[in-house]
Amino acid sequence: MIHKYKLNGFNIVLDVNSGGVHIVDELTYDLLDNVEPPFEEKCPQKVVEKLSKVYSVEDIESCYDEIVELYNEKILFSEDDYEKYAKYSVASPVKAMCLNIAHDCQLRCKYCFASTGDFGQGRKLMTLETGKNAIDFLLENSGDRKNLELDFFGGEPLMNFKVVKQIVEYARSREAEYNKKFRFTITTNGLLLDDEKIEFINKEMSNVVLSIDGRKEVNDYFRVLPNGQGCYDMILPKYQKLVAGRGDKEYYVRGTFTNKNTDFANDVFALYEAGFDQISIEPVVGEGDEYALTEKDLSVVFKEYENLANRILENEKNGGKFNFFHFMIDLDQGPCAIKRLRGCGCGNDYVAITPDGDIYPCHQFVGMEEYKMGNIDEGTFNQEMKADFANCHVYSKPECRKCWAKFYCSGGCNANNYQYMGDVRSAHKISCELEKKRLECAIMLKAARTFGEQE
Amino acid sequence: MKHIKTMNKANLKESAKKGGCGNCQASCQSACKTSCTVANQKCER
Repeated sequence: MIHKYKLNGFNIVLDVNSGGVHIVDELTYDLLDNVEPPFEEKCPQKVVEKLSKVYSVEDIESCYDEIVELYNEKILFSEDDYEKYAKYSVASPVKAMCLNIAHDCQLRCKYCFASTGDFGQGRKLMTLETGKNAIDFLLENSGDRKNLELDFFGGEPLMNFKVVKQIVEYARSREAEYNKKFRFTITTNGLLLDDEKIEFINKEMSNVVLSIDGRKEVNDYFRVLPNGQGCYDMILPKYQKLVAGRGDKEYYVRGTFTNKNTDFANDVFALYEAGFDQISIEPVVGEGDEYALTEKDLSVVFKEYENLANRILENEKNGGKFNFFHFMIDLDQGPCAIKRLRGCGCGNDYVAITPDGDIYPCHQFVGMEEYKMGNIDEGTFNQEMKADFANCHVYSKPECRKCWAKFYCSGGCNANNYQYMGDVRSAHKISCELEKKRLECAIMLKAARTFGEQE
Repeated sequence: MKHIKTMNKANLKESAKKGGCGNCQASCQSACKTSCTVANQKCER
């Protein structure tokens, strides 16, 4: 399978199954509409005749030879032979956990997926005892996985900062005994950040996600206190201070865009101009939600992703540099094909824990009773459901099987699939369309950086 | 080549043979927490 498209003056051909990316001329682009394996020794006469109205016969024949050469090198029209690996997709050790340390939040963000922090389950903080049980669960269930990931999430995790610190201390005290390495991450709205917390986060957290929506007016429309006041001025200086002390550790300023700010490239650049160089801006998706992007927004959003990509190139030409999360792609040394078959690993090697100790496949499933997998404090864990998630891969999802982007998004978000399509294996179309557009832009950016801008 | 420029050392097939160690980061833990962009994750090997 190949996927070809034109963007920003580049004719781009992705060989889906090898990951090969080729920049081709107009002739090749047209010829690829007319030929496919099995290849003959010479370009079929019928095809030559058809294209010779525009191109010279000599060029058509030499172009055909190049296509066949790449086919023989297995980087064009290469075979999809990964399904056999998917069949080995059995339950894995649990090695990553989202700890919903606080089902409470001071903000009332208008697009919040977690019912303003409590996931519809009442406002609660996790106890140290449940937190320790979660650490023990991870240590006991992680098999031979050396790196264990624990994300402090919420609600707002800093509302339970004392327990965050105690859990980190407890986990560190057990690393040597189990020969494990914990990687902590935290996602915060910033309101409670102070010098002590900043210092702790910069010491202990391998990544920190700082929520802010870009331009002040956008942030302050959506990210508000219960009295309606926007939080931008309260959080921005704290984020700047945290990032200044971060060294080379990872962080992201992370915003959300909705159907009200489809000009979100301005939000990305507002964050860049505020001094940040690791930026993620995510769309709100959903069905029937007031702020969610719908099919009618797609053409505008696609244009805006292209606009963002162009502004990034322009900025780089002027010596600027930042990472936009969704345009980062490693075409040479990214994750292995096995990893790409089932992506996030939710419900299998990744789970979320609520303050009550309930286990869910991930934070997006929290509150859906039918997807409660067990309870940390009670020692229950539904292995049947775990096995079902282990089997949730691009070959068990009908739309993904035939999709060109399957090895880049790896089957998308199972929770979105369930929420909006009723089945974890049924791809959520709008999410897919957005993901594909971002990939096309990401690959184009690579091409522009490698070959320079096209005339 | 005159008509085609190949941009990368495509190695998905190779990666399948020795892949699957499971030590890389869970993609949803990175920066998004909502959608899965897996191709920007790093290999731990």
